[in-house]
Amino acid sequence: MQDLSLHILDIVENSIDAGATRIEIMVDENIKRNLLRIMIKDNGKGIERKELKKILDPFYTTRTVRRVGLGLSLFAQSVKEAEGKIGIKSKVGKGTVVEAIMKYNHIDRRPMGNMCDTIMTLIGTKADSIDFVYKHCKDNKCFRVDTREIKDILKEIPISNPEVIKFLRRKISSGLRKIKAGQGFSLVKQKVSKSQDLHHKLSSEKGEKK
Amino acid sequence: MKKLKIGDLEKIREKVAKTRVLREGKARARITVHMGTCGIAAGARDILTTLMEEIEKKKITDVIVATSGCAGLCSREPMATVELIDKPPVKYVDLTPEKIKKIFAEHVMKGKIVSEYALAVGSETTH
Repeated sequence: MQDLSLHILDIVENSIDAGATRIEIMVDENIKRNLLRIMIKDNGKGIERKELKKILDPFYTTRTVRRVGLGLSLFAQSVKEAEGKIGIKSKVGKGTVVEAIMKYNHIDRRPMGNMCDTIMTLIGTKADSIDFVYKHCKDNKCFRVDTREIKDILKEIPISNPEVIKFLRRKISSGLRKIKAGQGFSLVKQKVSKSQDLHHKLSSEKGEKK
Repeated sequence: MKKLKIGDLEKIREKVAKTRVLREGKARARITVHMGTCGIAAGARDILTTLMEEIEKKKITDVIVATSGCAGLCSREPMATVELIDKPPVKYVDLTPEKIKKIFAEHVMKGKIVSEYALAVGSETTH
């Protein structure tokens, strides 16, 4: 996976397969503490304890067709590369929580990627039957989308309607831009060496040009 | 905390509600993008985003875009299956945003299969 937003999409697909009707996605970019936290919580069927132990093993899967399952193992690998930790808690019948914490400014940390595309992929194809709550924080600024609130307003109009999707895509994209989600860290607050400083200036300039 | 502004969404609701009455018909086509780990890693999200944007641009409401799991042909991802009503489903492989745009314009809108991108004709199964 090229970036964290793709990993998130992949993990959420697991929640969908587990029959979840409500999925929460939380991203917290805490620059002060130099931590990036990602949490995906669902109310799916849960994972049995004996299976939970094997879950990060790439050669373990509940699928019967093939004997490899790479989604969680790949995510765990990416997290570890950024000196991070991944934790999975689950209760049968209640749901599963996948939580990853990694070092924000680690050179090997995957970039955040396009969270708007990930969320819109989920809302556009699954939000008619599944509720999504997405909260993204950068330092103290947060952006939140709750599809239940959107559906309450829309009433009989399906959330997958192209006009609605177009509106939501624009809103989510500008909302994330406003809190500067995934855009590296603010240089003023962070004590970084000159070389690092330059590196981030360069990468943020590149991002702006895009 | 920044939240979505409700007022604008209500306006859209009203606008859509007015036009919706005119076409209560069922979907004419379904496009399924395969979103397993393999698909996502190969670029399936971009395929889906391209499709959704085409539909938004052309304001099409009788085409469903769906996702499914891995279809077991990971090396040919990104893949998508196009199903038109009363027609056998067609699987497309090794997709790019450009290819899916062409498939959308030709197959979904005009009913002409883009055979150079198609893998085979057959029914949709996953896992």
